[in-house]
Amino acid sequence: MTQAFGDQGADQAPGRGSAPAEWIGRNPVAALVIAVAIILALWLVLAPWPAGFEDVFGKKRLFINALFNGITLGGLYFLVATGFTLIFGLMRNVNLAHGSLYLFGGYMGYEAGQWTGSWLFSYVIAFVCCALIGMAMQFLIFRRMEGQDLRQTLVTLGLSIIFSDLMVWVWGGNAIQIDTPDYLVGPVPTPIVVAVKSSGEAVFLQYPRVRLVIFAASVVIGIAMWLALHRTRIGVMIRAGVDDRDMLSVLGYRVQLLFVAVFAFGAGLAGMAGIVGGTFQSISLGEDSHFLLASLVVVIVGGMGSIPGAALGALIIGCSEQFGLVYFQNYATVLSFLIMIIVLAIRPQGLLGRR
Amino acid sequence: MALAQTTETPIGVGAQQRSVSPWIAKQAPNLLLGLVLVLLPAVANDFILDQILGWTLILGMIALSLMFLAGYGGMVSLAQMSVAGVSGYMIAVLGTSSLPKISLFWPWWVAAPLSIGIAVLFGTFAGALSARTEGIYTIMITLALAAAFFYLTLQNWPVFNGFNGFTTIPAPHFLGVNWRDPVPLYYMILFFAALSYAVVLYLSRSPFGLALQGVRDNPRRMEAIGYNVTAHRIAAYAFAALIAAVGGILMVWLNNQISPFSIGIDVVINLLVIAVVGGLSHPIGPFIGALIYVILRTFALDALVAVGLDGRRFQTLIGLGFLIIVLFSPDGVVGIWRRLSERARAAGGRNGA
Repeated sequence: MTQAFGDQGADQAPGRGSAPAEWIGRNPVAALVIAVAIILALWLVLAPWPAGFEDVFGKKRLFINALFNGITLGGLYFLVATGFTLIFGLMRNVNLAHGSLYLFGGYMGYEAGQWTGSWLFSYVIAFVCCALIGMAMQFLIFRRMEGQDLRQTLVTLGLSIIFSDLMVWVWGGNAIQIDTPDYLVGPVPTPIVVAVKSSGEAVFLQYPRVRLVIFAASVVIGIAMWLALHRTRIGVMIRAGVDDRDMLSVLGYRVQLLFVAVFAFGAGLAGMAGIVGGTFQSISLGEDSHFLLASLVVVIVGGMGSIPGAALGALIIGCSEQFGLVYFQNYATVLSFLIMIIVLAIRPQGLLGRR
Repeated sequence: MALAQTTETPIGVGAQQRSVSPWIAKQAPNLLLGLVLVLLPAVANDFILDQILGWTLILGMIALSLMFLAGYGGMVSLAQMSVAGVSGYMIAVLGTSSLPKISLFWPWWVAAPLSIGIAVLFGTFAGALSARTEGIYTIMITLALAAAFFYLTLQNWPVFNGFNGFTTIPAPHFLGVNWRDPVPLYYMILFFAALSYAVVLYLSRSPFGLALQGVRDNPRRMEAIGYNVTAHRIAAYAFAALIAAVGGILMVWLNNQISPFSIGIDVVINLLVIAVVGGLSHPIGPFIGALIYVILRTFALDALVAVGLDGRRFQTLIGLGFLIIVLFSPDGVVGIWRRLSERARAAGGRNGA
């Protein structure tokens, strides 16, 4: 916990709201470069491409689809990784069973959907089930070995081995697809031109409604979490705990309760993400380690314990995976790890992480 | 780093001060174990020699490289299996395999050192990436690196032959001995395992090993004294990679094949389980852990069925055993044994007095 000293005030902007303006004033060149990049990116997405462009990047439809898939996949990764990063930030516990919670949530959501027929209700079930497991883990095990980072991590590892084997036992090795509810089936027209017909008529992109809705939901969850962390009493306690856990408990706050709550919330989010994953793709044996690794990479890239970092990392990793699938098929998954290695080499604490 | 910090140095020190008994008496357990292992081929069949003991010693070597980093350096690196995988893949690519399109068919005395060199570079690189971050981050970064290598081998066909990997990678024929025969292969594995065990034991008491343990216990103080903390960590990674790389080549020669699933994420995690169950405080730990693991894996299926349980729940058994060890004996089997022997000694002392 050496980072607790000295740099507490470093990232706090002096006045609320003036931070971006001040930053632009200090770095005019960087701000200009970023502005130009944003305009270029918008043009790349919205306008039809000139002829020479498609030779280099392939069909625009492919590019835009990869971009949209990447961003929506990023939304899913964000849901999984925020819980992971919150738990790590507050309790210094690397929860290697996080992928198992994701998978368990997916299976519970599937069962609940089969039973009640309601897709939305299955989210409640998945959240509650995973939150209960998270609470039990924190209350029964991790409370007893506080401050022993490595031992806690090893316990989560043991739990993940057991969980994944038990889930194979109950649900077997076959992939399960969660049905999209009727009101979310089908494509949505978007105002993005992907091609121009020979008659001069523009072709607009159609995109699955369910992916857009889920992405919007994860953005809402992200903003709500940010507001909860920065505008409520519990949020202040959590942020104080991330900075200096011992001090918070010395001040008389009930840290143990806070730990249980945060663990339950993070686990519940992972469980809900399981349903999202089951609807987007499918859930099956092995998805637990896939999503554990995804959240590891997201959190390492974005910065340990930082929620905006998790959002940024999720976006980067989601996009890199989808673009990799389109442009470098042989190395698709390796690409996101390559990004991780580069970030580690340049900025070991992650893009938005603090030392 | 509670697992690692507890007890290391007192083992040898106390014994040296108390008894003036000769070297042989002190080394008696080691010598006895060595004698048994050397004479074993006279009684054991090929299955026990290679599939049980050979496999145990190789897994033990790779786990030993993890133990060296975790126990003496406080860095739990999950990349050690991947280091072994790199050297294993390289010996197949540079040396002989059933794939003439990829393999270069260089002689073993070129291919083997080169493979080890590449693997050591990889291990050192992994160390350099994670040595700059603090403790618990290491486990995440190295797990991600191990996964990256797994996916690379799975997706890359030109060099790693993707999903299928390589088969028919025999041990070489030299000094008039065919080293792919069970008994010579067993002796070769035993030689390298014993060598790496002895070197780790020696190194742990050398100035470098002591400095490394200082870095583990208090990096800031070591930095203040004037040690280069990062350099010590990276050097430890390089040495650990050397052991893992040799283990990787032996693994390929024993199994006669390597594929992405030899170095998959579950294998990486099982290796950590082996090292922790055996014990991270003494180099014998990983070998004990490996023996338990190999015996369980070979016989647990039948045993579970015999008790009336589902034999496929082997992983649950492993997970439960691991959990029990982590919860109740953070020092692993070595810790249990040490506590028992201390209790026995205490009881004996009371009786004598």
